[in-house]
Amino acid sequence: MKLKKKIPLIDQHDKYGFWGGKFGGSFIPETLKKPIEDLTIKFEKLRKDEKFIKKRDFYFKNYVGSPTSFVKLKNLSNHLGGAQIWAKVVSEANGGAHKIYNATVHALICKAMGKKYIVGDTGAGYAGKMLSMAAKKFGLKCKIFMGAKDIRRQKPNCDAMKKNGAEIVPVYSGSQTLVDAVSECMRYWVSNCDNTHMCVGSTVGPNIFVKICGWSTAQISRELKTQLIKEFKRMPKLVKLINCVGGGSSAYGFWSEFIDYNKKQIELIGVEAGGPKNSKLHAAPLSRNAKIGILHGAASYVCQNNEGQIHETESISAGLDYPGVSPIHCFLKDVKRARYTFASDEDALNAYKLVTRFEKLNPSLEPSHAFAEAIKIAPKLSKDTICIVNSCGDAKKDRDILKQRLGKY
Amino acid sequence: MRNSLIHQTFKISKSENRPALLTYTVAGDDTKKKSLEILKSISKYADICELGFPHNTPIADGGQIQTSAYRAIKNGIKINDVFSIAAQFKKLKKNKPIILMGYYNMIYQYNENRFIKKCQKSKIDGLIVVDLPFPENKTFAKKCKKKNINFVQLISPTTSQTRLKQIIKNSHDMIYYISMLSTTGGKLKVSPQKILKEYSKIKKQNSSKNVVIGFGITEKTIKSLKKADGLVVGSAICKEITDSIKKRQNTVTNVTNVVKRLKNKIK
Repeated sequence: MKLKKKIPLIDQHDKYGFWGGKFGGSFIPETLKKPIEDLTIKFEKLRKDEKFIKKRDFYFKNYVGSPTSFVKLKNLSNHLGGAQIWAKVVSEANGGAHKIYNATVHALICKAMGKKYIVGDTGAGYAGKMLSMAAKKFGLKCKIFMGAKDIRRQKPNCDAMKKNGAEIVPVYSGSQTLVDAVSECMRYWVSNCDNTHMCVGSTVGPNIFVKICGWSTAQISRELKTQLIKEFKRMPKLVKLINCVGGGSSAYGFWSEFIDYNKKQIELIGVEAGGPKNSKLHAAPLSRNAKIGILHGAASYVCQNNEGQIHETESISAGLDYPGVSPIHCFLKDVKRARYTFASDEDALNAYKLVTRFEKLNPSLEPSHAFAEAIKIAPKLSKDTICIVNSCGDAKKDRDILKQRLGKY
Repeated sequence: MRNSLIHQTFKISKSENRPALLTYTVAGDDTKKKSLEILKSISKYADICELGFPHNTPIADGGQIQTSAYRAIKNGIKINDVFSIAAQFKKLKKNKPIILMGYYNMIYQYNENRFIKKCQKSKIDGLIVVDLPFPENKTFAKKCKKKNINFVQLISPTTSQTRLKQIIKNSHDMIYYISMLSTTGGKLKVSPQKILKEYSKIKKQNSSKNVVIGFGITEKTIKSLKKADGLVVGSAICKEITDSIKKRQNTVTNVTNVVKRLKNKIK
């Protein structure tokens, strides 16, 4: 198992769609073979089509609002001592999170395929909110599948989806979170794939969805690379790119341009959701050594029991509360290019408190997990180390949870 | 596998000028003991029994089968219990084919080779793996064939003509045609004529293959598809189990009555 240089990681799979021979693939019912094949052909064509690229770049610039800013968190760095902490403020993107990149691209593909309906899953509600925005923008009818528990805990995003004219389909099966929403969305697609396009909200699912999502969020690292070189005149010698990992779409997007660099120069650190401190449940398949399993059409490390039943997960962050993870992160873990760790609910809350105390930044609970790791390691690192956190979501959606846990928002 | 029990069973139903009736129940629904009793009882009328491995993330199953699966898991069913139910059933009903059905993760966790060995030991006649399509299933299907286990290929209305040919070429004694774009238990939204037209496309390629139709088949719709080699009823049976439990009635009797009525409609 080896990483190849100069080939985007999303393209480093074999003919059956596996990265490293064992992660990914397309474990799908026969009915979805054809729609997935059609989508694959279309996507491979579109990504080589200059007109389509121009269109994508136009919307990324004028609709998403690229580039998002890259800022030094001076006060936080001074407080902690040690490494410099920087943030790529992706939450500035239209809608408040990185999910807008994937949603915009899927809406463009849906249009190009001549389909009028688009469906998607959501956990934190960002993927759903952004898809509903993009659908509205491009004149598509939109349905969002969301676990009933998540609907309760992420109300602001649900309100936004409704305002954009999307229908939210509550999912009551299983743990009533993201895992069930994805299952239900796939079931809906099985039944309606003739006229409906499906958007998977992260770099998970059958191979092609991992690729489309990764191709979309990769914009983040293209921007960052330019910004880094502009800021430091050249690529700095010691960089740490710290990102939260649920499905892994923002982390892949944040890292994709930097994977070819030596890990001693640019270290990639993924932070999963460790769940409540005293709970056995978590959503950290990579860092807590889950076994490989098949979930939602792909092989990856999955929180599951010996019998292959998928475990319930628990995290304060709905966006990270998922038992599986992207096959490309499994691959990055196994080839040791990225390092994965986890932060508990409490760590994330404390990080949120500290960041908001020192900086004019309001990271949602997902990137607060990444900040927790940055806060932990920064004091031990040299002054010339550049720790960059992808602040990939805005905390507006978490106001109810934050009020409840911290007494204020 | 010309002399497989599955093939022979189709031969008999064909000689009686009727389709074979295939039932699907979830192993361990609602208990291990009950599901074996149900299996024994309905096999008086069913020609082939499909037995499902309950899975808690079933991406191709509708509400009825999900409910059955969650119930079985809640009552503690394990993979080895499924095999033991199947083995006990086969001990009593040697000539009744049994097909296990499930999602690939169960097989993957159990280990492919160990799984096939266990199937052989339990006298399993066939396997359906919902999320292991062709051509990804080629190696596994070959392993099954070596041990005289029928790997059942699935074909759907979205299957292209080229794929159709390849799948049939790589199929064993039985092929499962999915009647419509749906999860299990959906309402039949395509006309029986149209379904049978698609069905005959498969038969035209190779008439010696036994092709069954499933998805959306109930007491109401079964008669209209009588021309097929076999018809699968699953969700309607699972629903009867749910209803009987709710009404505190005898699941075994009620489900058997449903299967009996289904059989009468296609005689």
